[in-house]
Amino acid sequence: MALRTTTASLAVLTLADARFPGGGHAHSGGLEEAVHRGAVSDPRQLREFLHGRLHGAGAQAAVFAAAAAHAAARRVHPHHWSRLDAEFDARTPSPAQRAASRAQGRGTFRAGRAAWPSEVLDELLTITGSPHHPVVVGVLLGAGASGTPVEAAFVTAYLSVSGPASAAVRLLGLDPFAANAAVAALEHEAEGVAEAAARSAGESPEDLPGTSAPALDLLAQEHQRHHREEVRLFAS
Amino acid sequence: MQAEHRDHVHGSDGHRHPVDFDPTAAGPDPFPPEGVGGRPLRIGIGGPVGSGKTALTAALCRTLGEELELAVVTNDIYTTEDADFLRQAGVLERERIEAVQTGACPHTAIRDDITANLDAVERLCERYSTLDLVLVESGGDNLTAVFSRGLADVQVFVVDVAGGDKVPRKGGPGVTTADLLVINKVDLAERVGADMEVMLADAHRMRGELPVLAQSLTDDPAASAAADWVRQQLAAHRSAVGPAAG
Ligand SMILES: Nc1nc2c(ncn2[C@@H]2O[C@H](COP(=O)(O)OP(=O)(O)OP(=O)(O)O)[C@@H](O)[C@H]2O)c(=O)[nH]1
Ligand SMILES: [Mg+2]
Repeated sequence: MALRTTTASLAVLTLADARFPGGGHAHSGGLEEAVHRGAVSDPRQLREFLHGRLHGAGAQAAVFAAAAAHAAARRVHPHHWSRLDAEFDARTPSPAQRAASRAQGRGTFRAGRAAWPSEVLDELLTITGSPHHPVVVGVLLGAGASGTPVEAAFVTAYLSVSGPASAAVRLLGLDPFAANAAVAALEHEAEGVAEAAARSAGESPEDLPGTSAPALDLLAQEHQRHHREEVRLFAS
Repeated sequence: MQAEHRDHVHGSDGHRHPVDFDPTAAGPDPFPPEGVGGRPLRIGIGGPVGSGKTALTAALCRTLGEELELAVVTNDIYTTEDADFLRQAGVLERERIEAVQTGACPHTAIRDDITANLDAVERLCERYSTLDLVLVESGGDNLTAVFSRGLADVQVFVVDVAGGDKVPRKGGPGVTTADLLVINKVDLAERVGADMEVMLADAHRMRGELPVLAQSLTDDPAASAAADWVRQQLAAHRSAVGPAAG
């Protein structure tokens, strides 16, 4: 396994750390809405939810994080960032999920710029002030820090499940050991998702794989609707 | 916690202050705030649930709204209650108020991960290029919840007498290090059996030279004393960095 042969860089650990100040703590990745609907109320259901998250939003994010890291390392023309941005939009049908991704991308950019500045990062910002989260992670690792596409993919795959797991502890008072174990149990699956993403990292943005997870899209839209009715703790 | 009876002396001027065993000790922040050039002053308003943060924010908007370009960021825990209250109170145009969600951790959003709040401040600054002041109200939280210096240039910590006269001596970074401690709802002191003398003495003991202000927004809906303090902060901010750009 590629991941096992190298030691993860400090940048990789920092970006995946729940204490990384990139605004992720306010997002539940649809978990709050699932809790509200009674779909998740115990550790077993949390495991199922996280499995779906990993293979849905997590896999999609991993594909773009790997592609962005690959592109950043080979110093693509800035136009490439517009194409990645548009292609991620195209693979994310829910406007609420797109907004959540851009909000976290902006936060991760803000925190990442202080730690791993690079010209590529600045170029990305000329395309949009709020780039998508996986693209920012990829650029931070691919340009400023010394990270590989598979590591960028692994970070975003991990974040796609660690955020909801932490939200479950806060929302349900779930046993934190059980929630942590639910994340840890996904180790091989998360590695598989990251390795698959790394295999497509060099493809042109239009050809990148798209995963679809209609239930997560619907949860995100419902979450936003409920926000307007004033009953939500998390931003997504 | 400070040891009350053991002072020590140091420095060439031989000044004295209490020995301090508390990492969250009293006294002004020794670190100068960083790069505030040309942007509005940002004042954080924190404190426990229900102590009167929104009431104080509303009062400051009412009193200062005519003379200053103002905007507000609220950190609501569960709803957009505070933002809605301010909008409905009509103390400020609706577009001057931004609400951020805090993912069940209000202190995280003002201290450990301030990105959502910085985004909100930036949105307001883009909308109103000549802002003098942004008030950031934290969600009601515990006595350890203080604003990061990356978000707030100065901060007010609001406690109320109804929480009991023990609150100031319980300490915590909010009580001991905030640039202004407001003891609110003094009109209720008699009803709840709170001894104002004890509260004020404890507050001063915990805070060293930092200011303490006792107020009742019921008796003084203009929050005159707090508004004066804000004017002073703004004057200091301007003389340090020059007038706001734009
Ligand atoms: N008697 C009295 N009541 C006050 C005073 N200031 C505020 N209140 C009341 O105290 C209650 C709580 O005030 P808020 O301003 O909402 O408190 P808060 O700190 O913003 O509360 P959270 O945001 O929920 O943490 C309201 O009902 C206010 O009207 C005061 O000086 N005296
Ligand atoms: Mg309030």
